[in-house]
Amino acid sequence: MNALRKKFDSLRRPFGKGQKLEKFAPAINAFDTFLFVPNHTTKKGAHIRDAVDLKRTMVTVIIALLPALIYGIYNTGYQYHVQTGESFTFINAFIHGAFKIVPMIIVSYVVGLTIEFGFAVYRGHEINEGYLVTGLLIPMIMPVDIPLWMVGISTAFAVLIAKEAFGGTGMNILNPALTARAFAFFAYPTYMSGNKVWVSEAGSVDGISGETILGSLAAGQDVKYSMIQMFQGSIPGSIAETSTLWVAVGALILILTGIGSWRIIIGGIIGAAIMGLLFNLWGANALMSFSWTNHLVVGGFAFGIVFMATDPVSAAQTNKGKWIYGILTGILCIMIRVFNPAYPEGVMLAILLMNVFAPTIDHYVVNANINKRKKRWINAQELKTI
Amino acid sequence: MRIIKKIQTRRGANLNINGEAEKIILRTPSSKTFALKPDDFFGTFPKLLKKEGQEIKAGEPVFFSKNDPRIKFVSPVSGIIQSIERGPRRKIEKIIIANSLVDDSISHKVDNWEKLNRNELITLLLESGNWPFIHQRPYGTIANPDETPKAIFISAHRTSPLCPDFEFILNKEIKAFQDGILILNKLVDQQVFLGTNASHPGIFNEISDIQNYTVAGPHPAGNISLHIQELAPLNMGERVWTVNPEDVANLGRFAKTGKFSPRRTIAITGNAVEDPKYIITKQGAELQPILDEFKLLYPQNRVINGDLLSGTITHLDGYLGYYNNQISVIPEGNDYRMFGWLPFKDNNILSLSNTSFSRLFKKKGFEVDTNLNGEERAIVVTGEMEKVFPLDVYPMQLLKACMFEDIEKMEALGIYEVVPEDFGLIDYANTSKIEAQEIIRQGIELMINEVG
Repeated sequence: MNALRKKFDSLRRPFGKGQKLEKFAPAINAFDTFLFVPNHTTKKGAHIRDAVDLKRTMVTVIIALLPALIYGIYNTGYQYHVQTGESFTFINAFIHGAFKIVPMIIVSYVVGLTIEFGFAVYRGHEINEGYLVTGLLIPMIMPVDIPLWMVGISTAFAVLIAKEAFGGTGMNILNPALTARAFAFFAYPTYMSGNKVWVSEAGSVDGISGETILGSLAAGQDVKYSMIQMFQGSIPGSIAETSTLWVAVGALILILTGIGSWRIIIGGIIGAAIMGLLFNLWGANALMSFSWTNHLVVGGFAFGIVFMATDPVSAAQTNKGKWIYGILTGILCIMIRVFNPAYPEGVMLAILLMNVFAPTIDHYVVNANINKRKKRWINAQELKTI
Repeated sequence: MRIIKKIQTRRGANLNINGEAEKIILRTPSSKTFALKPDDFFGTFPKLLKKEGQEIKAGEPVFFSKNDPRIKFVSPVSGIIQSIERGPRRKIEKIIIANSLVDDSISHKVDNWEKLNRNELITLLLESGNWPFIHQRPYGTIANPDETPKAIFISAHRTSPLCPDFEFILNKEIKAFQDGILILNKLVDQQVFLGTNASHPGIFNEISDIQNYTVAGPHPAGNISLHIQELAPLNMGERVWTVNPEDVANLGRFAKTGKFSPRRTIAITGNAVEDPKYIITKQGAELQPILDEFKLLYPQNRVINGDLLSGTITHLDGYLGYYNNQISVIPEGNDYRMFGWLPFKDNNILSLSNTSFSRLFKKKGFEVDTNLNGEERAIVVTGEMEKVFPLDVYPMQLLKACMFEDIEKMEALGIYEVVPEDFGLIDYANTSKIEAQEIIRQGIELMINEVG
């Protein structure tokens, strides 16, 4: 370890203060802090610090994403092989999926990180680790056959417009990964919706139907999957969104480590359940009478509420606000599903909409505290005048 | 004794660190020099009364406050002004006094202090250099003698890491403490409040003329901001005064003898100290002779005036602060940790976050050092500050208002109800390594300059 440390110290010498590559220091720092937690000591404030830092936090989220990602890779191959009727093993399916998905992840990371590096050098701050999560999320919520250049352009749009334009990490209003998906959704609708995109090669091989459950419900067709299949995720859909089971494992990791807000997750489930139940009672069309329990396990709801709605920057920031935000996200998600035949899935728009309203929710929660303080002051004034 | 309120909090955390001082007073040789550091008096700008080389008696003023010349700061010992150290822009950093070891002190007439009215008593305390013992809220500056506080708070139960036990410190000084309480009762509009440990009130049971409340819960339960919020919430324009427990006894001793009492019982703590114990000295004592009596376990140590969360950095050859009852010594942590950012790695580092097993596996004390364990980042994670912050204030929102210097917002969000030390645990626990105490301190300075 010492030899490696010495090697690195000599490598980064030209990036030091007053040296010719000083401007590019954030780039070398990013690599350095990836290998080693730096030797910085506390200068002011508390003299001791917690072991947790943003890197550790973000890596925990990535760990929570892995079960859903691995299942998503397998499911991509599984859907293809089942529909073509070939015999296959787990490995076959996994390799088929990996061939499709790994390049998407690489494109997303390369494009996004390049922009992040550029802005870090330009603004003279360190590179924030938030993109490690965003960069993995973007391919996970795309249809599997989307061309790589579209992934790249969506990523660039999301990082530039949704994040850096607002001032970078911690300042964005919208969740960057969902913004990437929304951009692709509206810019390239034929690649992002319909019945030809949700299973690998559905567009080119005739025997494959790429319809999602919500899509067929919206079209008034019957659902040919059981609830167990929906729960374990062997259904068509965006790459990693299908398996409620593995998303739940991720949710458990997030909640146990305290990284993801359980208030938002539980709130979202409550909101969606209530809305689904109400529509069940109404039951005017196929989507309305689709059981509320099924609503919770199909489509991107579980993935969205666990991994996207809980993004701490774009969600509500007060504890009370998180409850309200979660519940409203759940309600809106089911509402969009049921009422809007053009968008059979509502979770993306529901979360983006609530992202916009999150600061307003916080404003009212914090104002309650401010008003309490004002009232106490006015009461004290009155006491004095008596 | 009647308990008027039991303050109980759940939000916060006790940091389980090695190096608590054993309840034994270690006799140490007397320090040769003493120093007054104007930085110990937040919001005070000093105007010197003495020059280098001049003789000085114990209790004789060394400097006064520019904002209020009546507030004088007196020498803890008799001797000679050895040097006046200045920093950038000729800011006075230290006034070093060589101790002559002769007890040559200024005496004030105190035999009838019980009969003095409020104004006469205040004049006596100002003249004798006892006034700096009294702080005010908001802001945590030295109290303004022209104002009348609605309450005075004394917290005899502290919860900060490795904090000294005031029951032990004041065990033999309970009479002086009671006299100090009587003095404070003359200064206040309503009451003097005394906070004690809920699990054992101990010696403070016998104290009269106070409103006793008890405190239970993890740090920062012992911080006075919380007690004020629960018992006498501060509104705009109101004042509450606070006094440290040992300074109450110092006031009491002054009332008996007429001589300024600079006594300090110090807990020498921290995991770099082999056998941590208490010592008795005076304000501003040179630390070298004291720390020479202790074995320090690491080659590079950080010496802190105060506790690990909100103390100030000093050095082995530095000086004791004016107010603190604690010196903490911990090793410097200026080394690298390979892949230290991996979750659940390095569980020997104390962490309040569940991304480490540290609290699960190690029930005993932790060794700590000064490593930042990461780098400063944008504020991303939400909700973690509230977990360690029991006040009815939104900490992150207040911090952001301070960063934007939005005075109206700071006021609305409760800047009057906090002092930097309330944010000590936030400094410690926040993921983005935000210097919360520094931000609040700058916010309070802004308020003092703009609002007053």
